Amino acid sequence: MTIPAMDNNPLFSHLQCRECGRRYPKDAIHVCEFDFGPLEAAYDYPAIAKAVTRAKIEARPRSMWRYRELLPIEGEPLVGKHTGFTPLVRANRLADRLGVKELYIKNDAVNFPSLSFKDRVVSVALSRAKELGIDTVACASTGNLANAVAAHAASAGLRSFVLIPADLEQSKILNSLVYGTNVIAIDGAYDQVNRLCSEVAGKYGWGFVNVNLRPYYAEGSKTLGFEIVEQLGWKIPRHTVIPMASGSLLTKVNKAYEELGKVGLVAETPYSIYGAQASGCSPISTAIKNNTETVRPVSKPQTIAKSLSIGTPADGYYAIRAMKKTGGTADDCTDEEIISAILLLAETVGIFAETAGGVTLACAQKLIASGAIPRDESIALCITGYGLKTQEAIAEHLGNPSVIKPNLRAFEALLEQPVQSI
Amino acid sequence: MSVPVRIPTPLRKLTQNQEIVEVDGLTIRDVIENLEKSYPGLKERICDEENNIRRFVNVFVNDEDIRFLEDAATQVKPGDEVSIVPAIAGG
Repeated sequence: MTIPAMDNNPLFSHLQCRECGRRYPKDAIHVCEFDFGPLEAAYDYPAIAKAVTRAKIEARPRSMWRYRELLPIEGEPLVGKHTGFTPLVRANRLADRLGVKELYIKNDAVNFPSLSFKDRVVSVALSRAKELGIDTVACASTGNLANAVAAHAASAGLRSFVLIPADLEQSKILNSLVYGTNVIAIDGAYDQVNRLCSEVAGKYGWGFVNVNLRPYYAEGSKTLGFEIVEQLGWKIPRHTVIPMASGSLLTKVNKAYEELGKVGLVAETPYSIYGAQASGCSPISTAIKNNTETVRPVSKPQTIAKSLSIGTPADGYYAIRAMKKTGGTADDCTDEEIISAILLLAETVGIFAETAGGVTLACAQKLIASGAIPRDESIALCITGYGLKTQEAIAEHLGNPSVIKPNLRAFEALLEQPVQSI
Repeated sequence: MSVPVRIPTPLRKLTQNQEIVEVDGLTIRDVIENLEKSYPGLKERICDEENNIRRFVNVFVNDEDIRFLEDAATQVKPGDEVSIVPAIAGG
């Protein structure tokens, strides 16, 4: 049984069905009882507009919680106090290579503590779980979320279970096990793991961060969008490219840009949002290309971008609508293009991204080349996870170190060899 | 012929809190119609005004999403289990 928390945050008013608008209390629930539509946090925006200013936010600690008025918790954050406010890097060398004028990398590969954007969503979900009196937390994950739940649960003293497809990258499994969580590997694809979690959630009174805590969890992604805007000097980038698995991050970055306008923190300038997928699992970009809002599931995803291997994307429909509404679009890329993009990002910006980051850059390259993204306007690319998490994907594509004897002659002989470049 | 149907938490108020109910039917369409006869109100939750399964409802026969089979025309036989699962989860 969960203990209802005191309703002491009037800015976060209730949960609301995104489809029919029915209102629900701020409990561990995630779907509307009437049409199964997603429940979403609803806020009192006029009150928030009065409560926040740029100066007030800028004076706060450099974490995602500086935007706390727009996050769905009651009191002070209880979990993940140091998460977020990752660097926004102006990437001039990469911009030159792509032939664009103004390019930024939002680098969540160095998010704290588990090196992916999932630290944001878990900070909110577990803070809310603690407020609701939940003592055991869990998730269905393609890896990064499991890492984040395991790390945050450990620091918060919560019992945790992470359910993952059995064929994940070793680094991602190790990165969960180390925190002492219960790792349950399912002999199946992510969508089967997810279905199991949907059936288990609620049965034991646990908080599944991306099932019955999803309304809170999902809102954490907005902070990535808030930060980009603040770091650009309170300006919305004209074009933002975001990797898509369930489509939730893209949907929430769009919501972040909208909300900042609504509460008067930023001018409501035009912007476009673009989604990136791997061709081996591209249900959302395929729907966009076919000009439909019906997302046809992919039963057997096959790509090295395992963190994006969700064949039945829960927010696919909303992601499509966000892209269309903002004049954006989507693209997808092959495994070879992902690897080339990981190397390009590393060699020109000094950022080592996991495979999903390769997907973002590879799709951005295609969107720029096709003219969908113009070359003379500001572009932000969202890099969402760290490269060492998926090192097996690129290990074979890198050279080996030069091995020499420990003397000057050997060193000089090495330098006289022709320069090797990739 | 009846098959067990697994009812998701949000709909159990309509099935007197039963997690699994037995329903007759040869296809998913039949099963939904017969669910409505035994538990009035269930169908409008699962299907929209045009009688299509709602966007945010997933129906499985055993381990397979009916969208990979024949949607509502998917046949069921003795020994099968039908699950109704909210689509909004994960990611």
